[in-house]
Amino acid sequence: MPGRVRMPSEATAADADSGISGTSRPASVVLSDADVARVTDRIAHQIIENVAKNDFDAVLLGIPTRGVPLAHRLADRIAVFAGVSLPVGSLDITLYRDDLRLRGVRPLGATAEPEGGIDGRTVILVDDVLFSGRSARAALDALIELGRPRAVQLAVLVDRGHRELPIRADYVGKNLPTSPSQTVRVLLAEVDGRDAVLVEGS
Amino acid sequence: MKHLLSAGDLSRDEALAILDTAERMHAVQTREVKKLPPLRGRTIVNLFFEDSTRTRSSFEIAGKWLSADVINVSAEGSSVSKGESLRDTVLTVAAMGVDALVVRHNASGAVARIAGWVDCHVINAGDGTHEHPTQALLDAYTLRSRLGDLTDRHVAIVGDITHSRVARSNVLLLATLGARVTLVAPPTLMPSGVHSWPCDVSWDLDDVLSGKASGDVDAVMMLRVQRERMSGGYFPTEREYAISYGLSPERLDLLGADAPVLHPGPMNRGLEISSVAADSARSMVLEQVQAGVSVRMAVLYRLLSGADEVTV
Repeated sequence: MPGRVRMPSEATAADADSGISGTSRPASVVLSDADVARVTDRIAHQIIENVAKNDFDAVLLGIPTRGVPLAHRLADRIAVFAGVSLPVGSLDITLYRDDLRLRGVRPLGATAEPEGGIDGRTVILVDDVLFSGRSARAALDALIELGRPRAVQLAVLVDRGHRELPIRADYVGKNLPTSPSQTVRVLLAEVDGRDAVLVEGS
Repeated sequence: MKHLLSAGDLSRDEALAILDTAERMHAVQTREVKKLPPLRGRTIVNLFFEDSTRTRSSFEIAGKWLSADVINVSAEGSSVSKGESLRDTVLTVAAMGVDALVVRHNASGAVARIAGWVDCHVINAGDGTHEHPTQALLDAYTLRSRLGDLTDRHVAIVGDITHSRVARSNVLLLATLGARVTLVAPPTLMPSGVHSWPCDVSWDLDDVLSGKASGDVDAVMMLRVQRERMSGGYFPTEREYAISYGLSPERLDLLGADAPVLHPGPMNRGLEISSVAADSARSMVLEQVQAGVSVRMAVLYRLLSGADEVTV
């Protein structure tokens, strides 16, 4: 999962999804904290435009780790801009990943169904980085175990390209052209103490 | 971690990781579709050389909810009754492409021996009077759900310590988790060498429960009097045992109001535990059974889901 917390017990091989490695390389800041706030606001406006026609019958499901605070931020901004509060939940996809057996055992994140469940509603999956698309695929599998949404959409802060599956995001904060060997690191104040998006390596 | 043979093998970090994973796994019990995919295509054999209902069915459910294929082999009706040796039986089963063996055996140390013979993961589901690590984990899980962090919490374990693999595993795990344990039993049911264990020892249940012996008790764990393992007179009569060491309604009142009562089951009502205590609101017996499935899911997940060479 992109930008997730790395536990000390885990292998240090490059993360299949975001290319994060344990080594520290020179990083350039591509989004500052102000940029992150602006981009989040824009996604919130796009969501409002899109779900207003369904009477805001939508829920935000964050994918741990950083998708969860991001989902809460979007809900807050949507409440400010449109005066409606969308239920927020979290969806852990660890058990549904296709690379579980490729490295050490992974800790599990929290799955919390949003208030009122997901049946018949528009579910907006929220993640920090969209890369290979494998996390989104795992999320779709995890989601159908919880119920049957009316529609599923995907919102990401950063789309860095290099898709390996036929998946695209409905809401993209920032398209970030990268090379596959680069690492995109999303920092959020709730998890990392500050907001920023960094690109490491070349 | 390759095998789970003893609660003493678990580091504090690994034990907490299992308990945290179990908390996540617990959510599946309330779902309509109780199925998670991580062990798809893995085969687990429950190899039970001794009777068990709850442990075996709990391992079976745990494996199935994680999408593993689970096969039960019991000694009765197998080639064991035809005189096959333990080693031959185990190697035969393991040769069928098994990923994990869950073994219960009436001889202490048998499971560790088996782990030396096979390449697959081995989980100790109880060996003689030695250890039962997943029981200790589910007890710790249950205690944690009621008491929070177990550091510096005081747990009394009461009853047949000598024959109890549950007591041994619990003492080791609770010490690892930073809890304080007091064992309470008549001298005849206290194993020799118990003073080298990381716990206090007492013969007087009333003193312990009232806090006079070693401070206030946060939880009490009653052990089953194991008639089937007793070959001699460990106490004069069952009635005398019940009077001295049974958890009577009066003793229940000595405990703090929030202190939970645990029992690994099956209970001998009227012997080590009164019906009042067993059915009271503080009795955690059914929570323990529920925790058993979650904890065993967590153990199977942590042993079997990662890549073999980098599993820690």
